[in-house]
Amino acid sequence: MRRTGPSLMLAIALASAGVIHPGAAGKDPDSNVALHVLNRVTFGPRPGDLARIQQLGVDRFIDQQLHPERIDDSEVTRRLDGFQTLHLSSSDIAQRYEIPALQERRERQRQQTAAGKPADPPSPQDAAMDPERQRANLPMIELAEQKIVRAVYSDRQLQEVLTDFWFNHFNVDARKGPARYMLTEYERDVIRPHVLGHFRDLLGATAKSPAMLFYLDNWMSADPKGPHLDRARPGMRRFGTGGQARAGRPLPSAPANPQQARRPMGLNENYGRELLELHTLGVDGGYTQKDVTEVARAFTGWTIENPRRGGGFRFAPALHDDGEKVVLGHRIKAGGGERDGEDVLDIIAAQPSTARFISTKLARRFVSDNPPDALVNQMASTFRKTDGDLRAVMTVLLTSKEFLSPEVERVKIKNPFEFVVSSLRATGASIEDARPLVRAMQQLGMPLYQCQPPTGYKDSADTWVNTGALVNRMNVALTLTSGRTPGVTVPVTTDPATLVGGNVSDTTRSTIAKAQSGPQAMALALGSPEFQRR
Amino acid sequence: MLNRRAFLRDGAFALVSLGFAPSFLQRTVAAAGPRSRDKRLIAIFQRGAVDGLSVIVPYGEAEYHRLRPTIALGRPRTAAAGVLDMDGFFGFNPRLAPLAPIWRRGDLAVVHACGSPDSTRSHFDAQDYMETATPGVKSTPDGWLNRYLQVRHAERESAFRAVALTPQMPRMLQGRASAVAMSQIAQFGLRSESMNEGFEAQYAAAADRVLNGTGREAFDAMKTLKSADPSRYQPENGAAYPPSAFGQALKQIAQLSKADVGLEVAFAELGGWDTHVNQGSSQGQLAARLDDFARSIAALVTDLGERMADTVVLTMSEFGRAVTENGNRGTDHGHGNAMMVIGGGVRGGKVYGRWPGLASGQRYDGRDLAVTTDFRNVFAEVVVRHLGVADAGGIFPGFAVSAGNYPGLFAI
Repeated sequence: MRRTGPSLMLAIALASAGVIHPGAAGKDPDSNVALHVLNRVTFGPRPGDLARIQQLGVDRFIDQQLHPERIDDSEVTRRLDGFQTLHLSSSDIAQRYEIPALQERRERQRQQTAAGKPADPPSPQDAAMDPERQRANLPMIELAEQKIVRAVYSDRQLQEVLTDFWFNHFNVDARKGPARYMLTEYERDVIRPHVLGHFRDLLGATAKSPAMLFYLDNWMSADPKGPHLDRARPGMRRFGTGGQARAGRPLPSAPANPQQARRPMGLNENYGRELLELHTLGVDGGYTQKDVTEVARAFTGWTIENPRRGGGFRFAPALHDDGEKVVLGHRIKAGGGERDGEDVLDIIAAQPSTARFISTKLARRFVSDNPPDALVNQMASTFRKTDGDLRAVMTVLLTSKEFLSPEVERVKIKNPFEFVVSSLRATGASIEDARPLVRAMQQLGMPLYQCQPPTGYKDSADTWVNTGALVNRMNVALTLTSGRTPGVTVPVTTDPATLVGGNVSDTTRSTIAKAQSGPQAMALALGSPEFQRR
Repeated sequence: MLNRRAFLRDGAFALVSLGFAPSFLQRTVAAAGPRSRDKRLIAIFQRGAVDGLSVIVPYGEAEYHRLRPTIALGRPRTAAAGVLDMDGFFGFNPRLAPLAPIWRRGDLAVVHACGSPDSTRSHFDAQDYMETATPGVKSTPDGWLNRYLQVRHAERESAFRAVALTPQMPRMLQGRASAVAMSQIAQFGLRSESMNEGFEAQYAAAADRVLNGTGREAFDAMKTLKSADPSRYQPENGAAYPPSAFGQALKQIAQLSKADVGLEVAFAELGGWDTHVNQGSSQGQLAARLDDFARSIAALVTDLGERMADTVVLTMSEFGRAVTENGNRGTDHGHGNAMMVIGGGVRGGKVYGRWPGLASGQRYDGRDLAVTTDFRNVFAEVVVRHLGVADAGGIFPGFAVSAGNYPGLFAI
């Protein structure tokens, strides 16, 4: 079928939109499949997308998306042009944004102490208005803005969906100390380049990233019996008390928090545990507490060079436990040094339960909350045969009959990010300033880059469907469409029911038809039950 | 005392007969079974690690005065900064004066040297551990209050069974059981009321079971709130809430509590406790926070009046602060801390928990107040003896819940 003009596209969308019962007359299976693919492979259809994918063919569209390097993305490049921090290294961000703010704050505190002013502290509102604090927050704000801009405008949609997925899989919370200025680099250099590469490379990149080393505490994990000389200890106390530590030098003589600097070092199992439970094997993946400890021992000494200055990975032999380790029955010989960690990653990346765990999670994102076993098996087998080639695994997924089955159309509840981005895409919104949208994500209970537990945000309906959340979604729909989101322009749509994308119930259609204004009709489309699913 | 449940039933009948009843009330009427518990828990989180030694002050310890030369509070009836005596050894920070009458009438208990078996001094991790009640385990999917809601079958369906007066759902209430988070109950509604009808019709007609049910509850809740008319709320018994965010949050909890909307668990929080610099004693940074904290809670207790017989207010903070003050007249992250438990059923007027002492050999890591009561024993006792859960094992995974380890806050 060839679709040419937008009017024809509209006609098709309308034809399919009138139908609520599967199999009823007038259903257009082609457009339903195309919409389904847009709902899953992208962050939702924009005006004209349905016509484009039908003209191109669903198979070719999927193949294109699996090769993002072949897709021109100059639109996004242009839109991100004015951002100041997205291209900076963590070290540059620390130097230019974080450290000046800390010094400013310390200076102010010193002055207050000297003046003998006890005084009540500034209110949270005043603190938020503090120019130094705002400057220090810029990297985080820009990072969150670019996530929205890319999700809405990038033509490499699958890459963006997968970057979101893998960041969430290897979650790091920006609120844990200096993680906030490590995340720009983390997403840009650690996650995004590997989302269609080999799993082992992605895993290795996260394992050595300062963001992960800090977030899951491995940077301070040491052989409790080892020498761990004071000087071997990475120069970092409670974050936020000073900026004057230098690489390789002892801690300043009068640290603000001396007790913590003297805290005895020992084995920290956090990373070892989450690596097995969340990143690779899965909680039922067949490992024991002994394995966790052995993995943690192998990673001792994997630390950060001068974390407060945004330094990179460093192996510290003085912190490393150089004895023999046995992980999942594999012996890692004594004396391996830094190589021990790599050996562990090799071992666990090759485990069948890792192939299965990763395949299940991907299928849950793209197919359904409880994905079919047959599909997961097929993906896991490809994972093993290709040494974890994620592009090959994704190809199996996106071309499977389970993925393309009408039974799984709209079975996924959109999470708040998918809801906001799909709303912006459906309406063809123009974003001049994404900060109000970043705030909307907070209101919707899914603040960007601020998921506290290492599990990441959940990918199942029960997490995102509750009364407060629904009311919030309706309000976000109202605010967006009524022009009350500064910096975001939403053009009035001539036929608001098409915004829903796909089948619309009679009730939803009639409430939209009865709306008093165009913006209200659009709000009723975006806040409708149908639009909450993808 | 008025039988609240009978009142609810009769009130609901009245609404049903007038045709105004939200659907959950209709279900309540239909299912009005035998009278059962009406217990409530109000959890309060002091985020940032409050210095428990400046709140419930061990003024009887010589070490306390010696190690805190500029921030220690004085002995009772000494200087302006003197504590309010509790039992001859501990005293309230004078800014806690609004809570002293509750202590004197035996409705306020303290558990001191209470905390986590995990040694972390990270706010991030320690809050997480306290809210999931699984110290040392970061991947616990849900909070312990949510697990309580899961284990305890809902007495009646209500959108307001568990409410956090916070912009985001706290970890403690995250999980499978439904809970509502909102900054202000007056804002729980659509920004444009003319849209209610359209959205309500959509969700009521939705074939989508999940969204249909949740949508109905949401609109029921909005109607319930509208009839409760939050803007016209008048606190009772002369309760005066501070205008602070925390005071207003507690006021709204009292309001929901009295509106008979099925509230069982409420949550509020207040920050600003991370006093590394210029902490102060009876004046200053910490004192300003304590003033808000105490006046707000005292107003809540006064306002709830007789309802406190079925209510427990439980305060907590992720860890305590170091015993020795630092070089900036503040305190650094520590370990053991004090929790407060307030309620008509509480055996109050007593500081619970074995006091470990503050001498260097008695301190944790040589620096902090040691923990002699695992905070889970406090949570577990509240869940079992106040909320009436028979088996709390599922709420505290990996922890051996045993009555023998309870502090003994409630009569058996």
